[in-house]
Amino acid sequence: MTDPAEILVTIFIVLGGVFGLVGSYGLLKLRDTMQRLHGPTKATTLGIGSVLIASMIHALAVKGALSFHELLITLFLLLTAPITANFIAKAYIIRNSDRTKLPGTGGRYGWSVYDDAPGPSEATTGEQGSSQD
Amino acid sequence: MIDIALTFAFACFGLGLLFCLWRITVGPNPADRILALDTMVINVIALLVLYGVREGTAVYFEASMLVAMVGFVSTVAYCRFILRGDIIE
Repeated sequence: MTDPAEILVTIFIVLGGVFGLVGSYGLLKLRDTMQRLHGPTKATTLGIGSVLIASMIHALAVKGALSFHELLITLFLLLTAPITANFIAKAYIIRNSDRTKLPGTGGRYGWSVYDDAPGPSEATTGEQGSSQD
Repeated sequence: MIDIALTFAFACFGLGLLFCLWRITVGPNPADRILALDTMVINVIALLVLYGVREGTAVYFEASMLVAMVGFVSTVAYCRFILRGDIIE
């Protein structure tokens, strides 16, 4: 393996380890559940992205061919992290917050945690109503 | 040099797994526990990828892809169970 590639791989692996540790430590240190949501969903995702970049450079340097498995995993994790965070936040809201104290949504429907999504007919009438306004 | 970095990263992600285990044990409400389980899955994916780099094979990428998918589906299923009281309506 050439020397600059080795240095790059080392840097990315160490960076990934530090970010992963920071994200998991945020799970311990932060006080509130909503604060704790920030550590793993951002820092740990960044850390694993860094590890996967290191793996890509390593495969390129050793075999001479770029492997796309890592790109696939990175894409999947980056796509699913916000969805997971949104679901966990909704699960926290429905269990722990007072419905009467939540601020209004400013729309025709309430919080999606409590109210069902508008059906297809209601949604179209809602659009017509807003266009008439 | 890569070996030392790999050992460091193994230690970091292993410690992260222990932190997640602590949050699962102590966590005051279910959202904390789901979050810790999700972080655990991400740490395991990182460990698998690092092991693949160490062994020099591509077998572990398939394994980590599977773990990523199973982790996402299980997190969503658990949250949905809390939200609606049912997983498939």
